[in-house]
Amino acid sequence: MTQRSLLLAVLSTLLALAALLIPLPAVRPRPQQRQIHLNARMFAFEPGSVKVNQGDTVTLVLHSQDVTHGIYLDGYDVNIKAEPGKPAQATFVADRQGKFRFRCSVTCGAMHPFMIGELVVGPNLPFWRAVVALLIVVAGSILTLRSAAPQATPHVSASDQATR
Amino acid sequence: MSQPPIKQPGSNWRFELTRLPFLYRLLRWRPLQFTLTLITLSFFVLALLTSFLGTPVGNRNFSIIFVWIVWWALVIILLVPALGRSWCAICPIPAPGEWLQRRSFIHPRRRKLWTLGKRWPRRLKNIWLQNFSFLAMALFSAIILTRPVATGLVLLAFILLAVGLSLVYERRIFCRYVCPVGGFIGLYSMAAPIELRVKDIEVCRAHSTKECYVGSEHGFGCPWLVFPGNLQRNTYCGLCTECLKTCTMDNVAVNLRLPGLDFFVAKQRRLDEAYKAFIMLACALAYSAVLLGPWGVLKDAANFASLDGWLIYAAVFLAFNLLILPGLFYLTTLLSRKLGARGEISARAYFIDLSYSLIPLGLAAWIAFSLGFVLVSISYALPVIADPFGWGWNLFGLRDMPWTPIAPGLIPYMQVPVLLGGLTFSIYTLWRILGEHGRERLTRAALPPAFFLTLATFGFLWLYLG
Repeated sequence: MTQRSLLLAVLSTLLALAALLIPLPAVRPRPQQRQIHLNARMFAFEPGSVKVNQGDTVTLVLHSQDVTHGIYLDGYDVNIKAEPGKPAQATFVADRQGKFRFRCSVTCGAMHPFMIGELVVGPNLPFWRAVVALLIVVAGSILTLRSAAPQATPHVSASDQATR
Repeated sequence: MSQPPIKQPGSNWRFELTRLPFLYRLLRWRPLQFTLTLITLSFFVLALLTSFLGTPVGNRNFSIIFVWIVWWALVIILLVPALGRSWCAICPIPAPGEWLQRRSFIHPRRRKLWTLGKRWPRRLKNIWLQNFSFLAMALFSAIILTRPVATGLVLLAFILLAVGLSLVYERRIFCRYVCPVGGFIGLYSMAAPIELRVKDIEVCRAHSTKECYVGSEHGFGCPWLVFPGNLQRNTYCGLCTECLKTCTMDNVAVNLRLPGLDFFVAKQRRLDEAYKAFIMLACALAYSAVLLGPWGVLKDAANFASLDGWLIYAAVFLAFNLLILPGLFYLTTLLSRKLGARGEISARAYFIDLSYSLIPLGLAAWIAFSLGFVLVSISYALPVIADPFGWGWNLFGLRDMPWTPIAPGLIPYMQVPVLLGGLTFSIYTLWRILGEHGRERLTRAALPPAFFLTLATFGFLWLYLG
């Protein structure tokens, strides 16, 4: 590896880390009160995906349509359960950006571990940070490899190619 | 112990682990493999019993939790990336058949083997069977992963098939050519930083007895039908270390090395292995959408809610695995061949070569996917240890341990570096494989397949974070 390629590798790693980690000033829409009704049935939530904005006060109302279901919301420590005909609700402030999965927290049948929905708290900066990091990694890898010294390729030979 | 220089073709840095006296003695100790297999076999038997006799509730049944969460996490997150095919050395599934065939648990005996000793048909000497058996399992994965009886039937079928094949065919035919799990473990073990190789290939060439292949009083001939002298990749070496025990020339070593060197062994690349790379990447994408995604319609279809739904799901799933993803990649390789002016190599061989660049990303994708459910569901393991059948036992007082997801909010932050690391490794692999066909116009040639790799990674990021 040449000095230049090493430099490029380090630089692209640092840039990718920066894209993932550096705090950015958040542009937030005015926070709102939101009430979201989620219907749970074996083995899905409807709607499966819910979008809110950072700072919104969210009330999740869970309606169970067949057996007892629950909701455990990753990253927010929300855990409620609802029996059929007896909705349950939880209120929280969506203060963290990103995608958070919610899962059924009451064993409800075979596919229970995969009964999953998602709450997207926008603006979804973690996703866009990851995309920027992805582009940096791709560009950085290609530039690094391009500037690296040519390597010998001892395994391949004309006869190898001919036999294939 | 002699220490001749390692002369592996195209080798980079290597450290011979078997120079460490403790490790050398341990790996040559005959009861090692038997002891470890006995432990895994006891778990296997318990999984089999609980699958048929225990509760049908998956997350309360030992078989589901220990096979699809604990074992799976152990294999795909730890063993394969770090130790390659090490699981195959202690896998319980071929063990009864192998013991029966050898009529011995540990030491070789001078007795007739219990097998017809037939040779595996030549046209099946590839991993197409493993590709299709894996796809067949994948089609029913929503059932197999969640219903103890389905898991039990799969495990039972595996062990019966392994025993049956060992009685008819020589050595470990099941592992080498049939096992759906072994197929992808072999593929991904090429990325591992561990290898078993001969120290000096000339020693093997000059040595006519070849105990490593035919066996001796010190050990059995290679169960995987591999002559260690020809070993250049991890793909078909089960790390049983029989050759380390039988070699009278002390010419076999277990090495630490740079990961992924096997990708650059050009002459052993094949279409069946290339397809395995596509199938694994496609399945990781499909599972991430079906099992971890929010779409009820996909879950219903995979879960056999209706036959029509499942048939459509199966058709799309197979098309995605066998046609769409390989087809898209083929187009990028055609473009790469044109842009890079690499007309001297056939489009087929070029496609096969570049397909190996998918392997690191595929492994990273499986690790990222597995993190998505293993950390969330691993806490089910304690209650099922206390009550493996779901009959109300309370061993060790662990039965009422609540379900506690581990760091669920941090999972995406683990998945991103894993995926980006896999992508970097894939681009490096792509670059080096392209370099085998000439250094000219390398960047141009790399761009189309690199775009494919980037798009696949974007797909995973979107599914996990988007």
